[in-house]
Amino acid sequence: MQTIFEKSVKGRVGCQLPSSLGSDSELSGLTRGQLDAPEVSEVDIVRHYTALSKRAFGVDDGFYPLGSCTMKYNPKINEDMSAYAPIANFHPWQEAEDSQGSLEILYELQEYMRVVTGLPGISLQPAAGSHGELTGVMLMKAFHEKRKDSKRTKILIPDSAHGTNPATANMCGYECVQVPSDASGCVDLVKMRELCDQETVGMMLTIPNTLGIFDRNILEISKILHGQGALLYMDGANLNAILGMVKPGDMGVDVMHINTHKTFSTPHGGGGPGGGVVACTDELSQFLPVPRIEKSGDAYTLNFDYPHSVGRVRAFYGNFGIMARAYTYILRHGKEGTRRIGEFAVLNANYIRARLQGTYNLPHQGNCMHEVVFNDENQAQYHVSTMDIAKRLLDYGMHAPTIYFPLIVHGAMMIEPTETESKQTIDEFCDIMIKISEEAKTDPEMLQQSPHRTVVRRVDAVKAARNPVIVCNTCCT
Amino acid sequence: MPYTSHTEAEVQEMLKTIGVKKIEDLFDAVPPQILQKGHYNLPSGLSEQETRQQVTSTADKNNNPKISFLGGGYYQHFVPAHVRHLAGRSEFYTAYTPYQPEISQGILQSIFEYQSMICRLTAMFATNASMYDGSSASGETCLMAANITRRKKILVARSVHPEYREVMKTYCWAKNLEIEEVAFDVQTGQLDFGDLDGKLSEDVAGLFVQSPNFFGVIEDMPSLSAKTHEKGALSVQIIAEALSLGLLKPPGECEVDITVGDGQSYGLAVSGGGPSFGFMATTEKYMRQLPGRIVGESEDVDGKKAYVLTLQAREQHIRREKASSNICTNQALCALTAVIYLSTLGQNLQKLALINHQNALQMQRQLTEQKNWKRSFSAPFFNEFVVEAKDTQSVLRKLKKVGIAGGFDLGRSYPELEGRLLVCTTELIGQPEVQAYLATV
Repeated sequence: MQTIFEKSVKGRVGCQLPSSLGSDSELSGLTRGQLDAPEVSEVDIVRHYTALSKRAFGVDDGFYPLGSCTMKYNPKINEDMSAYAPIANFHPWQEAEDSQGSLEILYELQEYMRVVTGLPGISLQPAAGSHGELTGVMLMKAFHEKRKDSKRTKILIPDSAHGTNPATANMCGYECVQVPSDASGCVDLVKMRELCDQETVGMMLTIPNTLGIFDRNILEISKILHGQGALLYMDGANLNAILGMVKPGDMGVDVMHINTHKTFSTPHGGGGPGGGVVACTDELSQFLPVPRIEKSGDAYTLNFDYPHSVGRVRAFYGNFGIMARAYTYILRHGKEGTRRIGEFAVLNANYIRARLQGTYNLPHQGNCMHEVVFNDENQAQYHVSTMDIAKRLLDYGMHAPTIYFPLIVHGAMMIEPTETESKQTIDEFCDIMIKISEEAKTDPEMLQQSPHRTVVRRVDAVKAARNPVIVCNTCCT
Repeated sequence: MPYTSHTEAEVQEMLKTIGVKKIEDLFDAVPPQILQKGHYNLPSGLSEQETRQQVTSTADKNNNPKISFLGGGYYQHFVPAHVRHLAGRSEFYTAYTPYQPEISQGILQSIFEYQSMICRLTAMFATNASMYDGSSASGETCLMAANITRRKKILVARSVHPEYREVMKTYCWAKNLEIEEVAFDVQTGQLDFGDLDGKLSEDVAGLFVQSPNFFGVIEDMPSLSAKTHEKGALSVQIIAEALSLGLLKPPGECEVDITVGDGQSYGLAVSGGGPSFGFMATTEKYMRQLPGRIVGESEDVDGKKAYVLTLQAREQHIRREKASSNICTNQALCALTAVIYLSTLGQNLQKLALINHQNALQMQRQLTEQKNWKRSFSAPFFNEFVVEAKDTQSVLRKLKKVGIAGGFDLGRSYPELEGRLLVCTTELIGQPEVQAYLATV
C-alpha cells in the first residue's frame, strides 16, 4: 500500500486556516524553506487511515492471547470519559483551585490503588510500565542513599524476568545479578541466599512470574531480602492474576509498578500511551515523585514539600487522560468486580492449560495463574516450531501468543486469555490450536510457510536491519 | 460484573475440565495467610449510567477557562474532527506493539509515516517511533549524550521548561551524572553566552537548549552548536511547541546532534499534560544509539513491500542489562494522531505556524501600546511572549472572573521573574478574544 506521501497531489489541501490578527513578523532570517509534507484532501486522509486500520489487529478484532500483555477488552465508556471536555481541555498550568475535578479523580484513583496493593504510597506520574519501573528503582536508590548505605550496587533479577528489569537497573547505575530458577519455575532459594548480601540494593521480581507461576516462596524471598537490608521490587506486569486476591503489601513488597494498560483496561494503542502507577510502603513514600496529590479538608492539593523526593519523572500530571480511563474502569468494577477480574483471569488460563495439555508440551506442571506457557517440543519431530504455530494462528483470525519468551523455556508460547474472553472464544482458540497440531503431522510444510491469508506473508527482518530504510523518500514539493 | 461473559454453569463446566472444585483452588500456590478471603473495603461497582454521571460531575468541578492564553509547554490548537475519528478506530487503539508484522502492517506503516514526517520536520536523519513525552525524552537524552561522549556532565539552559529541567535532574541523579544550569540573558531572553563560556568545558557531554525556549524566545542554535562542538560535546535542541517546526529553521540545519520535544501540538488535547508523545531525532552517526522502537521497510517472502520493527539489537528485550534505556513501546496512538494531523495540515503547517506568530506579535504590541505593559525580552519569539503587567496577580484575577486564563505567572517557576506573564496566542485566538482580554485589563 502506498504511503500518504506517495498520494500527494500538488496544490491539494486538507484543511482551511483561520485568518491571522496581523501580517507583521519578526522572524526574518530565522525561517525554514518549503516543508516537504504531503498535499492531500480530507477524503484522501480518511480513506488512507481507514485502509491502514483494516491492516491492523486489535482486541476488538478477535482473540489476542499475547502473554504478559493482558489484552483485555477496553470499555468504550473509558474513551468517552477521557474525551469529555472538562477532562480533555484541562490545561496542566491551571491553578490547583481551578483543577479540583481533575485532582479529585487522581486522588480517588490513588485511594483505590492503595487498597488493592496494600501499599500506602502512590504516584500516578510515570507514563508507562517501564517508566514506573524506573521510578520504583529510583525510590530504592534514594532509600539507600538517605541511609548513607553506599556499598549497595547489585540488583538481583531472576532469569525469567522481562528485559526491562535489567535495563532499568542499568539506568540507575546498578549492576545486575541473575538469579536462576529452580525446576518448578520459582526462584532458586538456595542460590538466592548465596547471592543476597549487604551489597544488594534489592530484587526485581515479577509476581506471578513470566511462566505464569505464583512463587510459593514469596514470603521467604522477602524475608531473605529484608534480612540483608535489601528491598523487594515487584514488577506488576502480571498483577491482573492476583487483583482482588492478594495484596502485594502482604507479600513483603516494598515498591511496585502497575501497568494501567494491562490491569486497568486503558487501551494499548498499538504500543502506548500507557500508565505506570507506582505503589510503595510508608517508609519509601517520602521518596515518591513530587508533587503529591493530597486532600486537605474538602480541597485537593499539590504538595511539593517532600525534601527527600527523587524529584519529577515527568512533566505535569503524567498521562492524566489515561488515569481518567482507569478511574472510570474502577468505578464500574467496585469491590465485587475487582475480585472477579483475578478469579476469571486465572480460571480462563487454567482452562486453556487443561484443554491443551498433552497436545502441547507443558514444561511446568501445576495450576497456573493468569497465563500458561507451553512449548513446541511435541511438534519438533515434524520440524514445526513455535514460530510456525504462531504464524498459522494468524491465518485463523487470531493474534499469536507471546513467543520465545520467557527465555528460560525453549520455544515458549505464553498464552494469556484475560478475564474478558468468553468460554466460546477460548474453546475456539483451543480447537484451532489442536487443529494446528494435527496440521503439523499431516502438512508441516504448509505450517512452515504460514501465514497464507494475511496481507503480507513472513517479513524479512534481517534485510530491514542490515540496510535500514526508516523513512519514506518520496518528495511532495 | 461488567465486561465478562461466563454464566455460573459455564464456570462449573470449566472447573470440571480443569479438575478443581472452586476457583480459589487454583490459587493453591499462594500462602493461605495472604490469600484474601472476601471483598476489599471498596464501594460496590456502578452501572455505566451511574459511572458516567459520577465521572462527569466530578470533572465538572474543574474551572476550565472559556478563553485561554496558557501555553508553557502545552498548547491549545484547533483539531479537525476527522483526526480524532480516525485515531479513535478501535483496530488502532485496541492493538499492541506490532510483534506480528503480517497482521500489523497498518500500525507499522503509520509509524513509518510518522518517522518520515518527523525527519522532514526536523531535517534530521533518523528518529524513533516516539517517546513518552518531551520531559522524559529530555531525561533519556541526557543518558544518550553521556553514553555517546563517555562524559558525565550535562549543561542545561535555565530557559528550558522548568519541569523538563526537573525531570532531567532526576534522570541524571539516577545515572550518577552531574547537571548544571546555564543562565539566560535578562535583556534578550536568550542563553547567556558569557555564562556558557565559563561552563562549557571538555567534560561536558551535551548542551541542552530549548528553542523556542520557555519564554517563547528563539535561540541562536547555529552559534550554540558551533560552540558546543568546539569542546567535543553534543548540541541538543529541545522543542516544547512542535508547531514551531513548521516555520523556524529546523534543528538539522543548525548543526544540532539530537533534537527532542513534545508533539502535543500535533492534534492532541491538553488533557492535564498527557498523553501526548515525545519525539527524538538524530544524525546518521547516532542512529543506532536511539532508544525505543524503530520501524523499517523490508519485504515479505514473496518480495512484497512490508514493514517490520527493526534495529532491535539496541533494545532492552535483546540487550537486557547492556541496553542504555528500558523504554519498550512508546506513545504509538499519539504518534498516529500526529501523523493524521500533519497530513491534514500538509504544507499549510507553515502558514498555520506563521499565523500563530503573527497573532502573538499582534497581541504583544496591543498590550505594550494600549496598556503600557513592558515586553520583557528583546529577542524574537514564536507564539508566546513575556510581558510585565502593572499588577500581575490582580490582572489574572480580573481575567479569571470573566473566564479568561490570562497567561502563566512566571513567578511560579522563576522567582527572579516575579510579576512577569507568559502569554500564548495560538490560531484559536481571534479579534473577539483579544478584545475581551484588553477590555478586562
